[in-house]
Amino acid sequence: MEQIFQILEQNARVTPEQISTMLGIPVGEVEKTIKQAEKNKTILKYKTIINWAKLGKEEILALIEVKVIPQRDAGFDTIAEHIYRFPQVYSAYLVSGTYDLAILVKGKNMQEISSFVTEKLAPLEKVQSTVTHFLLKRYKDDGEIIELAEEAKRLPITL
Amino acid sequence: MPRKLNDYPSHCNMSRKHSITIKTFDNFISQKVNSIPSSGIRKFFDLLSSMEGVISLSIGEPDFVTPWHIREAATFSLEKGYTMYTSNYGLLELRQELAKYLELHYGVSYHPEHEILITVGSSEGLDLAMRAILNPGDEVIIPDPCYVAYSPCIVLAGGIPIMVPTSRENNFAIKTSDIEPRITKRTKAILIGYPANPTGAIMPKEELAKIAKLARQYNLLVMSDEIYARLVYDVEHTCFTSLPEMKEQAILLSGFSKTYAMTGWRIGYAAANSQFIEAMTRIHQYTMLCAPIMTQMAAIEALKSGEGDIEVMVKEYDRRRRIIVKGLNEIGLPCFEPKGAFYAFPSIKATGMTSEEFAEKLLLEEKVAVIPGSTFGQCGEGFIRCSYATSLPNIEEALKRMGRFVNKNH
Repeated sequence: MEQIFQILEQNARVTPEQISTMLGIPVGEVEKTIKQAEKNKTILKYKTIINWAKLGKEEILALIEVKVIPQRDAGFDTIAEHIYRFPQVYSAYLVSGTYDLAILVKGKNMQEISSFVTEKLAPLEKVQSTVTHFLLKRYKDDGEIIELAEEAKRLPITL
Repeated sequence: MPRKLNDYPSHCNMSRKHSITIKTFDNFISQKVNSIPSSGIRKFFDLLSSMEGVISLSIGEPDFVTPWHIREAATFSLEKGYTMYTSNYGLLELRQELAKYLELHYGVSYHPEHEILITVGSSEGLDLAMRAILNPGDEVIIPDPCYVAYSPCIVLAGGIPIMVPTSRENNFAIKTSDIEPRITKRTKAILIGYPANPTGAIMPKEELAKIAKLARQYNLLVMSDEIYARLVYDVEHTCFTSLPEMKEQAILLSGFSKTYAMTGWRIGYAAANSQFIEAMTRIHQYTMLCAPIMTQMAAIEALKSGEGDIEVMVKEYDRRRRIIVKGLNEIGLPCFEPKGAFYAFPSIKATGMTSEEFAEKLLLEEKVAVIPGSTFGQCGEGFIRCSYATSLPNIEEALKRMGRFVNKNH
């Protein structure tokens, strides 16, 4: 079963028929597994990794370290939820170490991110402090190397 | 660059022979070399190189790039100044790692100091083994079809290759009942290579045991080329030298090329009784000296932490294997199930074409490159070798084009 997800994680466009052949299990079983996984949120979403830079689109990402005050009964979850509900927040993680939440914020330009931090994030009552790191270059995302599509440079025929 | 005879200046006395040398150039080449055909696919290669949009199922090497941690070990060794010769046998640490690896995976134990030799690819190992054991006129039994280097290596070492036909009916495994009638007083060895290039065939353990029995009975040496040993699907590979008494009577030849996607590194090994290894090393020390040190350093890293990479690659090959075998059968090119390596070997007999005609026409009409089975021996006629060491979309597209081609030419 796990292999079905490994295949889909690599390439979501592989069809159930192909998976069935690849793994030697009936197509009905593959379809059932996928449907179930979609339903119970094992499969969260199918998406595409786009190299926006190729389209000349500017996209600014910032990694923000957030120190917060945990709340009784809820710990970090309530304040985390408050923060990750903002659509500007692309990813959010609770981390160990010198700060509590690591969030990735996306914006059209630096201005947009700055105003999110100063107007929305920093003023929150439970937020003690923030440190913003603007991302300068994307090298690798979700396990995919962005610029360098490394292909084996092989001769067309070898015996 | 080697100087050609007619490059010599006119004042050089060689120039007097100028006109003669041109006409009799072949006289300078040894008869032995002249007797070896140059690769039969040269024409094909040139044709292919001039075309665009070709999908190649004709590449006999992994489409993976060597895993990063292995490459990094090589660059690190260069930075650290490992630029020297090593022992003729290879770095001891590498031989120790190999001994552990062979024990762990196949339960056969070799002494790292006298029973393992690091070679420049398993190809060198094959050449060394042949030269170390053959006297002029000695016969070596090989399967037909088989890897293209077997026969020339035997001839160059002064031996005579004796081809034993294998067939689709037997899943291209070599049968002792076909070997035995071909054994003569001059037979010195049997060379087998399973999992096989070009067929993808494997040899079940019981068949290997029969060969071992035959080897004992007729006192023959067995050379087992197991370069594809780790690329097997749904079956377990049996290392020939792990069979009873075979450690003493067989030479194991293998390497890192296919297992760790390290073809261009040229690194392999031979494992055998210390006397065989000593004899092979005598040739190796005068012709090669040692395998490149940075490559050996990379190989150590591969053995120490490359298992995860193998697992990923094998899974991927297996998925493609299932797609291509099913696809070939569906388009009317019946294909037995290959259990090893990364080749499918379908029959093209239904088209009425020879395998060379088929391959050439397919390339010209549909831009798919495959290798004619006849390249690998007479028994390969009527088949083509399709390598699935290429991406899934490539395989799917190639199958589509081949289906169209078969439909047109049925």
